[in-house]
Amino acid sequence: MTSPPNPPPPNPPSAQPRYPVRVDLPAHANGGPNGDTPDYPGDPISEPYATLTAVAPAPELPSVPMTAERLPRWAGWAVPLGFTLGGLLALPSGISPGLVLPVVMIVSAAFIYLWSRSVEGARYALDRLVTAIVTSAFLIAMIPLVSVTWTVVDRGTGRFDWDFFSESMRGIVGAGGGGYHAITGTLIVTALACVISIPIGLLCAIYLVEYGKDNRLSRWLTFFVDVMAGIPSIVAGLFAYALFVHISGPGVRMGIVGAVALSVLMIPVLVRATVEMLKIVPNELREASLALGVPTWRTIAKIVIPTSLGGIAASVTLAVARIIGETAPLLITLGITTGTNFNPFSERMATLPVFAYTQNQTPGIARNGMGPPGFDRAWTAALILIMIVMALNLLGRLIARLFAPKTGR
Amino acid sequence: MAKRIDVDQLNIYYKDFLAVEDVSMNIEARSVTAFIGPSGCGKSTLLRSLNRMHEVIPGARVEGKVVIDGQDLYAPNVDPVGVRRSVGMVFQKPNPFPTMSIRENVAAGLKLNGTKLRKATIDELVERSLVGANLWNEVKDRLDKPGAGLSGGQQQRLCIARAIAVQPDVLLMDEPCSALDPISTLAVEELISELRQNYTIVIVTHNMQQAARVSDRCAFFNIAGTGKPGKLIEMGPTQKIFSTPSVKATEDYISGRFG
Ligand SMILES: Nc1ncnc2c1ncn2[C@@H]1O[C@H](COP(=O)(O)OP(=O)(O)OP(=O)(O)O)[C@@H](O)[C@H]1O
Ligand SMILES: [Mg+2]
Repeated sequence: MTSPPNPPPPNPPSAQPRYPVRVDLPAHANGGPNGDTPDYPGDPISEPYATLTAVAPAPELPSVPMTAERLPRWAGWAVPLGFTLGGLLALPSGISPGLVLPVVMIVSAAFIYLWSRSVEGARYALDRLVTAIVTSAFLIAMIPLVSVTWTVVDRGTGRFDWDFFSESMRGIVGAGGGGYHAITGTLIVTALACVISIPIGLLCAIYLVEYGKDNRLSRWLTFFVDVMAGIPSIVAGLFAYALFVHISGPGVRMGIVGAVALSVLMIPVLVRATVEMLKIVPNELREASLALGVPTWRTIAKIVIPTSLGGIAASVTLAVARIIGETAPLLITLGITTGTNFNPFSERMATLPVFAYTQNQTPGIARNGMGPPGFDRAWTAALILIMIVMALNLLGRLIARLFAPKTGR
Repeated sequence: MAKRIDVDQLNIYYKDFLAVEDVSMNIEARSVTAFIGPSGCGKSTLLRSLNRMHEVIPGARVEGKVVIDGQDLYAPNVDPVGVRRSVGMVFQKPNPFPTMSIRENVAAGLKLNGTKLRKATIDELVERSLVGANLWNEVKDRLDKPGAGLSGGQQQRLCIARAIAVQPDVLLMDEPCSALDPISTLAVEELISELRQNYTIVIVTHNMQQAARVSDRCAFFNIAGTGKPGKLIEMGPTQKIFSTPSVKATEDYISGRFG
C-alpha cells in the first residue's frame, strides 16, 4: 500500500512484448510479430500506480468484541412457560381468561427483555423483545383459526355420516336428510366457474406479462383487474343476476348464473397470481428461446408456461379455494332447493354455503330431547366446506412441488 | 453455410437514448471476429442487433442496414424469427431451460421450431451438437438428467450445443467465457477455433488474450463518456490491432491504460 512498486527495468528494444498484456498471437493470424515498430515511449506499468502512494491511513474504528455473555438456552421458552403456568393458576380466582392471556404475554416479554438487557446487552435484548412480540402476534392470530376448526369439527361430526353424502332434502321435514344435492351443486357450479375463469384469467395474465409489456392497454387492464378484485361478492351476484335477467327474464335462477358471479370474483385473483408467477420466469429463458428462432407464442407455450406451471396450478387451486365458500352471490343467483339438480342451465341448485345458511335460518323443531336438526346439518355442511378448502390448499402445494423445475443431478 | 455480414451506418437506440452511433463494418464469412472495448460502449447492443434480438427490449429500435449475404435484416418483409434461425446466439450467463433434460435442451431449437423430424434424426443431431460442443463425453450417460444440474462451464457448452443444433449460418457469442474457469474457457476457445471452419463467429470479450487467441479480426469500440453513444474506433486483422493499431485510443485500451 505505502511503498511504490519497483519500476520495471527498461525494455530492451524488441526483445520483450511492448505491452504489459502478454498476447500469444494465434498461428492463423496473418503475418507474425514485426520488430521494426518504434519503441513505446513512456513507462506503461509504473504510471498507473503512481497515485497510490498518497493514500492516508484510515481513521480508527471502535473494536467490536467477538464474545458475549448469553442467557441460558432454556430462557427463550422457559420464561413464557413459567408465566403461562402462573396465569393458569390465577384462573380459579375468577379472572377472565381474556385478561390473563395479554397479561401473560406482556409480562413475559417485559421480563425477558429486562433480563436479557442486564446480561446480554441492548442488541440481544431487542432481538428477544421482537421475537416475543412476533410470537405473541402469531399466537393471537392462531386463536380464531383453532377456535373455528375446533367448533366446526366438534359440531359438524354429528351428521357427518353416510346419509349426509347420499341423500338430499327432498321430502324431509324433521331429522334425517342430507347434503348430497348441495355437495353436487357446489362441485358443478365451481367447476363451471373454473371453466369460465381459468382461460380468461390465464390469457389475460399472459397478455399483460408477455405481450402488453407496460403499454397503455396493459396498464388500464391492470388497473381494472385491481378494481375488480375489490368488488364485494354481493355486487358480483347482483351483476350476474342482472345480466341473466336480460337474457332469460326476471326471477332467473340457474347454476350458470352463479358460476358467472363466482367467475367475476375469481378472475382478478387468478390474473394477479398468474402475473406474479409469469414475472418470475427469468427473461434469459425467453431470450434463449427467441434466439433459437422459436416464435413468441411457442416460447410462451413451451418455455414460459412449463417453467411456471407449478405456480400457476397452485394459484388456480388457491383461487378455487377462495370462491368455493361464497354465499351471498349464490343466494341471489341460485337460490336453494331441496332436490338434486345436475343441470346448471335450468332451475335452482343447492350449494353447500347456501345450504348451511338456510338450514341455520330454518332449523326445524327440536324433538325427543335433540336440538333442531337443521343446526347439525348446517355445521356438517360447514365442516365439508372447510375440508374441501384444506384439501385444495394441500393439492395446490403438492402441484407446486411436483411441477417445480428440477435442478438436481 | 457461413455467411458474411455487412453493417452499414447503423444507429441503435433504447427509446430516445442513442447507444451505438454510425457503425459500418464488414464481418467475413468463416472467420472469428472479436468485439472489444470498455464497459457500456455498446458491444452487446450491436451484437444483439445482428440477429434482431435487440428489438425484444421494449422501446428498442435500429436505424441503418445489416446485410447478411445480400439480404437486409431490417427490410420490412423480413421475419425476425427466420433471422434468428440462421443467426444463433450464446449469452454471457448460461441459460439452459430448467424444465428440460440435457437431451431436450439440445433438441429444443429443433422441436420448438415446429420442424417435423424423426426421433432418430433428432438423436443424431443431438449427439453431433454435443460432440461439436466438446460436451458429449461428459454427458452421454445422463442425457435424460436435467440440464440445470450441470456445472456452469458444462451449462455454457450445453447452450453452445443448443445453438449449433439448429445449424445457423452465424454464431454470436456475448462474453461466453466470463463465468467460466480457465479449463472450461480453454474448451470453449478450442471449440470456437473448430467452429470457425463452418460458421461465421462474432464474439464479445473483455479478455484481451482471448481476443488475440481466438479471433481473426478485431473491432475496437469506445465511448466518449456516460450518456454518449458508443462508436466503432477501428477494425482490422487481430494481429495488426494488437501490434500496430492506427488509433491512439486502441493502443491505450489494449495496453491497459484506459481511463
Ligand atoms: N435494456 C436497456 N435499456 C436502456 N439502455 C440500455 C439497455 N441495455 C443497455 N443499455 C445502455 O446501452 C449502452 C450500451 O450497453 P451495452 O450493454 O451494449 O454495453 P457493453 O459494451 O456490452 O458493456 P459490457 O462490456 O459491460 O457488457 C449503455 O450505456 C447501457 O446503459
Ligand atoms: Mg455486454
